[in-house]
Amino acid sequence: MNDKKSARVLVVTSGKGGVGKTTSTAALGAALAHQGEKVVVIDFDVGLRNLDLVLGAERRVVFDLINVIHGVAKLPQALIRDKRLENLFLLPASQTRDKDALTEDGVAKVIAELRSKFDWIVCDSPAGIERGATLAMRHADAAIIVTNPEVSSVRDSDRIIGLLDSKTEKAERGECVDKHLLITRYNPWRAARGEMLSIDDVLEILSIPLLGIIPESEEVLRASNVGSPVTLNSPLSAPARAYFEATRRLKGETIPVKIPSESRGIFNKLFGRKAA
Amino acid sequence: MKLFNLFRRGSAPIARERLQILLAHERNAIHQPDLLGILREEILGLIGRHVSFDPDKVQIKMDRGKSVSTLAVDIEIPNSRGASVIVSQTARPVAGRRRKRAVSEIDQRVA
Repeated sequence: MNDKKSARVLVVTSGKGGVGKTTSTAALGAALAHQGEKVVVIDFDVGLRNLDLVLGAERRVVFDLINVIHGVAKLPQALIRDKRLENLFLLPASQTRDKDALTEDGVAKVIAELRSKFDWIVCDSPAGIERGATLAMRHADAAIIVTNPEVSSVRDSDRIIGLLDSKTEKAERGECVDKHLLITRYNPWRAARGEMLSIDDVLEILSIPLLGIIPESEEVLRASNVGSPVTLNSPLSAPARAYFEATRRLKGETIPVKIPSESRGIFNKLFGRKAA
Repeated sequence: MKLFNLFRRGSAPIARERLQILLAHERNAIHQPDLLGILREEILGLIGRHVSFDPDKVQIKMDRGKSVSTLAVDIEIPNSRGASVIVSQTARPVAGRRRKRAVSEIDQRVA
């Protein structure tokens, strides 16, 4: 932890709740760590933390982000090292305090300290557009906007894009936060039948570049059930492969985004089951 | 049932259309919270520094179209002989595709 680094700060945000921010933070964080990057994931959802649970570290939380901000604990004491990936760390949120316990100065200090020790800082934003969400995006170099192909999620993402363009440090300096769209819970069959907004629809409406498409999959639920990011729990599954490709795009590689589709026989097409 | 669904038009096109209309409106509303009010204050302040006029005889209109918005300001200024001249200023910004641009263009044209 001593070599000088300069982390890239990512915020995983969406506006709407339940679209997959925490799942995606865990999956992307683990994928980056798996590729040898030194990663810290920070839970900004004060009062409703869940990143610890999705990462399977819920029984190892001693100190949290609020404790560090209030000087109760030093940063290294609060960081939890993942048991599977030695490069992956978690800074949990407090479960008992309210959102006002986060201060702008406190967050700035924590991010500044982490920047020198990690390659990537991934901030898991709470839902909404209140304090927790604006502080999570405050120091971001890049944002991952998690969106489901569904009207309310797309609308809220549009709102969040507006905030990223006005309330972040970068925006206030006149620069632009890099924005990446991550479409989750995509169901190719429903899109093909015109029942779900297509990728093109969402891209046209939000007009930000596409980072990846995570297909709806039972593997995602299974992974969170056992407290392991899907990229570790079933690395060959379709959602895990999509997350791995997304991390490579984050690192600057140009890989075309494939729209997920499943090969299905004529019988399934006519009498197909619902989404897995 | 599934066979029947194949022939039914999906609802995604409706979702797309509703979103496009809604967001076009919201982007303006959020990023130009009270553009009209701000422009009104600033323009009246500027003119008020040079001439006196009756605040009731001021008309400001804004029309937001799909590709072009217009801002019209009419201020009735009494001249020394008591008659009226009308100062009129019109800005025709091209509405930005996304956020803010519309605001800054209007600001530039008016400034």
